Order: sequence, then C-alpha cells, then structure tokens
Amino acid sequence: MTPELGQLALILALLLALAQGILPMLGAWRGNRALMAVARPAAAGQAVFVALAFGILVWAFVHFDFSVQYVADNSNLALPWYYRIAAVWGAHEGSLLLWIFILNVWTVALAAFSQKLPEVFAARVLAVMGLIAVGFLAFIIFTSNPFGRLLPMPGDGADLNPVLQDPGMTFHPPVLYTGYVGFSVAFAFSIAALLGGGLEQAWVRWARPWTNIAWAFLTLGIVAGSWWAYAELGWGGWWFWDPVENASFMPWLVGAALIHAQAITEKRGGLRAWTILLSIFAFSLSLLGTFLVRSGVLTSVHAFASDPRRGIFILIFLTIVVGGSLLLYALRAPKVASGKPFKLVSRESALLIGNLMFAVAAAMVLLGTLFPLIGDALNLGRISVGPPYFGFLFPLLMLPVVLLLPFGPFLRWGKGDASALKQVLLRAGIAAAACAIVAVFFVDGQLKAIAGVAAAVWIIAGVLLYAYKRWREMPRGRRYPAEMAGMLLAHLGVGVFVAGVLLSESLSVTSDVRMAPGQTEHIGGYDFRFDGVHRASGANWRADQGVITVTRDGRQLTVMHPQKRTYLRGQVQTESAVDAGIFRDLYVALGEPMDANKVEDAWSLRLYYKPFIRWIWGGGLLMMLGGFVCAADKRFRIKRAATEVVTAESLQVQETHA
Amino acid sequence: MRLSSSCPTGTPCGRGSGFSRDSSSHGRSTASRLKPLLQVLFVALLAFAGVTHAQAIEPMPFADHAQELRFQHLTQQLRCPMCQNETLADSNAPIARDLRNQIFQLMQQGKSDDEIKQYLVARYSDYVLYDPPLKPGTWLLWFGPLLILCGGAGVVLVAIRRRGRDGGTSDKTTDSMPLDNEPADNGDDW
Amino acid sequence: MNRLLPFIGFMLLVALFGFGIWWNSRHDPNAIPTPLLNKPAPAFVLPKLYEPTQTVSKADLLGKPYLLNVFASWCVECGAEHPMLEAEGPTLGVQLVGYNYKDAPADAKRWLAEHGDPYNLLIADEPGNTAIDFGVYGAPESFLIDGKGVIRYKHIGPLTPDVVASELKPAIAALQQETP
Repeated sequence: MTPELGQLALILALLLALAQGILPMLGAWRGNRALMAVARPAAAGQAVFVALAFGILVWAFVHFDFSVQYVADNSNLALPWYYRIAAVWGAHEGSLLLWIFILNVWTVALAAFSQKLPEVFAARVLAVMGLIAVGFLAFIIFTSNPFGRLLPMPGDGADLNPVLQDPGMTFHPPVLYTGYVGFSVAFAFSIAALLGGGLEQAWVRWARPWTNIAWAFLTLGIVAGSWWAYAELGWGGWWFWDPVENASFMPWLVGAALIHAQAITEKRGGLRAWTILLSIFAFSLSLLGTFLVRSGVLTSVHAFASDPRRGIFILIFLTIVVGGSLLLYALRAPKVASGKPFKLVSRESALLIGNLMFAVAAAMVLLGTLFPLIGDALNLGRISVGPPYFGFLFPLLMLPVVLLLPFGPFLRWGKGDASALKQVLLRAGIAAAACAIVAVFFVDGQLKAIAGVAAAVWIIAGVLLYAYKRWREMPRGRRYPAEMAGMLLAHLGVGVFVAGVLLSESLSVTSDVRMAPGQTEHIGGYDFRFDGVHRASGANWRADQGVITVTRDGRQLTVMHPQKRTYLRGQVQTESAVDAGIFRDLYVALGEPMDANKVEDAWSLRLYYKPFIRWIWGGGLLMMLGGFVCAADKRFRIKRAATEVVTAESLQVQETHA
Repeated sequence: MRLSSSCPTGTPCGRGSGFSRDSSSHGRSTASRLKPLLQVLFVALLAFAGVTHAQAIEPMPFADHAQELRFQHLTQQLRCPMCQNETLADSNAPIARDLRNQIFQLMQQGKSDDEIKQYLVARYSDYVLYDPPLKPGTWLLWFGPLLILCGGAGVVLVAIRRRGRDGGTSDKTTDSMPLDNEPADNGDDW
Repeated sequence: MNRLLPFIGFMLLVALFGFGIWWNSRHDPNAIPTPLLNKPAPAFVLPKLYEPTQTVSKADLLGKPYLLNVFASWCVECGAEHPMLEAEGPTLGVQLVGYNYKDAPADAKRWLAEHGDPYNLLIADEPGNTAIDFGVYGAPESFLIDGKGVIRYKHIGPLTPDVVASELKPAIAALQQETP
C-alpha cells in the first residue's frame, strides 16, 4: 500500500501547489489579505507531502520493494544501502521527485525568511514558486510516476548503472539540482516585481544572497560532476562540452552575470531591466537543461531514457513559464533607464562588459549545443559540435573578463580613478610577465602553459593587491566585509582555475602501453612498474585488479590499483586508480589482457601524468566558497529590518499599482 | 543520470556475443512484440545492453612520440559513428577500433591529418568531425557568437555613453522607486 | 519592440524544440546519413562465405541491381530483421547479397543454418576493412546498388516491413523504371 500513499501524497501536494500558486496571486490582485495568507501554509503543506512521497520512495529502495517498477529497474538485492539511496535519483522519475523536493525546500526557506518583505510582494513571490511546483508535480504525476507497480513482483531487481555506483553520484545530482532550483527564487522575485510594476533596490538586496547561494551550489554541483567524470570514467578528461554538461554550464554563466548585475542594481539603482531579464534567463536555462536531458532531442552522454510524451509536456511547460515571463517582461519591464550616472571608467562599465561577455558566452554555448538540431531543421545534414568548437570560442570570449578582472575592485562606482588602475596594470602586469618568463624554462616552451601562468598570476596578483590595499588603508574589522571577502575568494578561484586548465591541458602526458608483469614505463618523471593482475571483489562486482608501483628516482611513492569490474548483470566498468597531489595527479586505467587466455601475462594500460589538474576543481571550490561567504554578509540581513520603514511606503505603492 | 543506452560496447568486436548496435532505438520495437511474457527480462536487457563503460586502451606501435601525440590529438577530435557520445579515442565500439587502426595505417602511409579527416568524412559524413568545418551551412555556428557580441557590445556602448552624459534623468526616474539613501560612498566605496 | 526581442527569440527556440521532438519521432537519432548516396559504390574484392577461395568483386556484380545486406551472427538486430528478408527477399525483384561483417565464418554458417539463408550470394568481410569504405559502422545495414554500381538507397538498422514498403520498394521501382 505504501507506494500508493506516495502517489496520493504527490496528488495532494499538487492541489496545495495549485492553492499556493493561484490564491495569493488573486489576493495580491484584489488586495485580499486572507487569500495572500494562504501562501505560507500551502507551501508548508506541499513540502510535507512531497517530503512524504520522497521518503516513501527512499523507503521502497531501502526495503527492496521490487513491486515498484522504478525500484526494480534501478536496484537489486546486492546493491549496498548507500547506493540504493542514491538510486532514488538514478533515473528519470526519481530525479524529478528530487527536483521537486528541492524546490520545496527552497520555497519553505523563502516562506520562512520573507516575513519582512511587503505582504503583497511576498505573496506574489510565493505564488510564482507555487506555479512552478504545479508544473513539475503535474509532470511527475501524469508522465513519470515513480510509484508505478510491477506485477507480479520479481524476486530481484535489475541494477543501477555501474557508472553511477560511485560516491560522486550520491552527491552530484542533489547539489546540482539545489543550484538549478535555487535560481527559481531570483526568478520569482523578478516576476513578482514585474507584476507589481517596479523592482526596488531593497528587494534586490534581499534577493542577492539567494542568488549567490544558488550559484554557489550550482558551482559545487558542476565541480562534483566534473570530478566524478574524471575519476570514474577513465578517460582522464574533466569536461567534454557534452549537451548536458552545457545545460548546467549555461545557467552558471548567466548566474555569474546575474550576481554582478544585481550588485549594480542594488547599489546604484541601475540595470533594473537587465537584472530582471537575467533572472528570467538563469531559471529558464535551468528548465531548458531539464528539457534537454529528458526529451531526447539531443544525443548526449547523460540523457535519460527518452520519451517524446515527456518531451512534449516539458516543452509546453517551458513555453508557458518562460514565454509567459518574457511576455510579461516585454509589457512591464521598467522602460526608463534609472540609477546613478557613471563614466566610461567606472565599476559599472567594467561590470557591464563582464556581463556582456558572460551573456555572449552563454549564447555561444546555447548555439553550439543546439546547432545539430538547427542542422537537421535546415537540412544541412548531421553535424557534430564538440570540444574543438567550444574550446576555441570560449577562451576568446573570456579573455576580456580575465583582462578586466583585477581592475574591478579598484574601480569606484560612478567614476574610476585612472591612476590607481595604471598602478594595478603596472604591478600585476610585471608580476605576470616575470612569472611567464620564469615559466618558459619549466614548461618546455608550451605557449598554452605560459599563457596559463601569465593569466593566473595576473588575476591572483590583482586580487592580492586589492586585499593588501584594504589591509593598509582600512581599520581592523572593516577591512574585509563578507561581501567583499566572497568576491576576492571567487576571483582568486578564477585565477586558480585558469592556471589548472591551461597547465593541465598543455603539460599532461598520456600513454597507452602494453605492459608485462615486472615491466616499467617512464612517464612525466615517474616510473610505473606493472606488478600483474589479481582478482578482487566487492558487494556486487568482481574485478581484475592491476598492481602498479610508482617510483621516482628509485624511491617508492605509491601503489595503485586500477580495476576492470564486471558487475552482477555483466556490465563492464573501468575503475581508474588516481594518486592525487596538489601539483600533479598520477592516473592509471586498466585495459585488457593482450591475450584473453593469459590474464597473468601482459595487459594494456593507460597511464596519465596530469600536472595541476586539481587546481581546476580547487578554483571551482574557491568560487563556490566565494558565493557562500558573500551571501553571509550581515548587510543583507540587517537591511532587511531597515526595509520595514520602506515597507509601509512600498505597500502603498503596490496598492496603487494593483 | 544514466548513460544513454545507445552504445553497447562490451566485447572486443563482439564476436559471438550479445553485441548489438543501437539497442535503444531498435531494441524497443523488439520488446513491444514480445510483450507480456518477457517484459521483465527485456526491461533488464534494454536497460543494460548498453551501459558498459570501459575505456578503449590500445597500445600501438607508433613510429615516434610525435606521431603518438598526433594520433591522440586527432582521434580525440573525431566522433565515433556508433557510440555517438564518445570520441574515436575513447570508444570501445568495434567500428571505433577498426577506424583507429585505419587512422594508424594512414598515418604510417604519411597521410596528413586533413587527408585522414577527408578519408573519414567521405565515408561517414561531417558527423564524425567534432570540429565542424567552416562552410555556408555552418556560418551561423561560427559567426553567430561574433554577431551576438557585436550587437551586445553596441548596446553596452550606447548605455555607457548615455549614462555618462546625462546623469540628470536618474534622479527623476527613481522617484517612484525609492532609492535607499544610504551613502554608497561611505569611505570604502563598497 | 526591443523588449519583445527575448520573447521572440525564445519562441524561435520553442519552434526548434518542437521540430526536434517531431524529427526524432520519425528518424533514428543514431543513423548517420551516408555521403555515398548516389555515388559509385566503393570497389571491393571479397571472398565468398561458402567458398573462401573464390572472390567476388564489384565488377562481377555490375549489370543488375542488388541489395547488399550487412549482417553478422553477433548482431541481435539481424535476428529480428532476418524473417523479413526470408519472406520478402524473393519478391523484391533484385538480387539479395549477404555481406557477412566481422564474423567468424563458422559462426556465420551456423547462424544461417539456424535462421535460414535468403541470400542469392554471400560474401564475407571478416576484418571489416572493406566495410569502412562503404561507411558501415554496425549491423544490420542495407545498400541498394544499381546496375551501374551506384548506391541508390541505404538503410541503417533492421529493415522492417514498414521500411520495406515505404522506402525500399519505391526505390527499387524507381530503378526498374530507369532500366526497362
């Protein structure tokens, strides 16, 4: 009976979502406080029912309830409990439920923390969140029920895709979804502002930490996904510009632009329309990602089993939500430029240029991702757009961002001081040039690596110069407000990231080798000795496990154990061995025996030496940390109390609009 | 997220084994015919015919290190026609192995990268190139971003110039949207 | 008007996605259209499956149109396709040439004994090199080649009764009209 309860809970949640979406909206329109007051209890009730449904699905997995089709498809008796929980979001239906669950967590948080917002505005924001939930709940109930029964009940289930049986998998989707869904808050804000007729600076200030947190989660989710692909798939890469990776990267880029645009709107009153538009874009691109993954319109590594019916449903939903918002934007967006004036040399200009580059980069990624589809539509034949395309254009578009980044903090609002900039240019420039010259001797004349060193030093020096300036000029305690500290951390992360990407891409060494036991290969200054293969086994797999002893200058560093696993249902999976280090990774993947009948003999192996690759994720983590630190700024919280004065006033404004 | 099941690659060349191409699209029709009886079995089959993910690791007798690098670089820019989510370098599909061998042979014959690409395009169309060639059909792809950049840059330039010149309008327009009057320039301009 | 631009752009995207769903519902997303269509088939010399000492070349097959059907014993889909070939093969009005792809001859013979042999002629490409010239990347695939040795039609994946009726038979009919 329990799975049916789960389904019932989803239906009740849908009804509550309808109440949350429609009644407060009506209330805000008619000035009816009772209707507006429905929003919070409805949101809470909906969250309870969704949590119940989610809990029931987890329970079904934990207790091997194979009478539930979804459980039977994605788990079996031998699957360890932690992967059974991760299996909840291992395929389409459950991951959708996770999406809805996270949306509810955000909504409840919003309901709890929005007490100080003007009543009408808060009602509209929560109603928008409710309408989003209506769409997704309808989607899951009508097309993707995770509680469907399988009768007669099989004795055992199938298996979770072995690629997903990895600690990264338990972690990556929930975090990524938290980021995706988090942009719904900024989105709901913008829609509420458009409905109300204006975007007030106080509200933008209030929205900023939400956007920062969502973006930080998205960053973490992408980093986790990248790391997982690197560690798990045995291909040694960390990003493939696959359509689904792009689907998570586009909202990230737009989110980065939005964070900066919100700063201008909040502090200077300008760019209101652009901030609203970016909020709509960021969330729309999250929805678009959902569409791309689940509709099967593009060939992708991560695509869920596709079903055109689902595709059509999400497309209609997407059209209503995004089309409706953009139409609303066209009708109601603030028409007059507002905010304080600024000169060409000013922080605003720099932020605008950064915003432009992020937006164009997101558009480029969108174009490249969808171009195969355009090719079909225009009868150009089937076209592939892959890493060479993105890898060529993206760095070009980011070049201005990297060049401008050190100046940003030194620029003042309104009108910058050119002499301070010259100083930055001189100091960071000299540091970058000096390090680049030193690097020439270490990187074998590789231009990409030299550029990486120069760009990273340029950015990091810029950040440190500003940190030093604050240290020198400001009294203790006022030197680094959280907002600024977050910015500095995130910018530092960009520098670390750039260094990681360019250095690892240019200096990595890869070699496919045939190795007999006892044989040694020399790669990147390390000696890899192959000591044969033996059998190993786990809860639901058996493996051939290679033993590779790594030495450097005769000193033993580590023993690595790459595996070739065969799971219960016969799926074969490479399990690479990674010896991680701050300055280099050693990475070994086990291939096949050269002679299938002589496993004790020679094997094919792939050996990698990957310098600085960890800096890629390290940079990403710094950016994430920056987002969180920034969101923690007291200014965002104290001002919420201060807005109460404004509240009464703005409520009047609201009512005259309504 | 599951790997799409379009890529069954378990066995080398699939000799005598259950290797099937493209179980996602063709397999489905098979399943519907054999419906009620074998459904459970087929669910399992469909779901797992294609999830194998083993890297293709094949040492080859390269003439020198430069050639090995060239080979790695080239095969990473080419798409496997069967396992369409993988590069020729990574794919374990039988055709990917054959094509890698072919590319290796062509390299030994002294063919350039472009000639090798042409060889593949003549047989498998532009689809195998991850780096789409520049031709009228792909102008939108290659110049689209530039176009967007120019348009956007125009808008930004106009905005900067306008805001720089007439600072006056701002105070008027913000009347209806109360600016919070905290001095932004409170000593640290932050 | 400017403010409508995002909306208009998005509607174009929606149209594209709608097209994508429609397109994928009638095309195999994994099939790559061959660039060899309406071009001369590659030259080949391959041994016969049953008499490996004898070879068949492209020139030997000129004069009459034929359907080249790529199959293998390891290929599951070929088993699904085979009954169709057995039933429809003789009615197609062209020779049926079996192209055994990357298969051990013994496996192929056993498989044919089990599933039946609808082919007028059987050739074997065990290393699979000639298949690359044809742009083959899996099995089953079928090529309709006319009397002049030009590839006139290609189907990737199993020939279903649907495909035979709506694509293959019209293509054969067109051939026969050209060369009465």
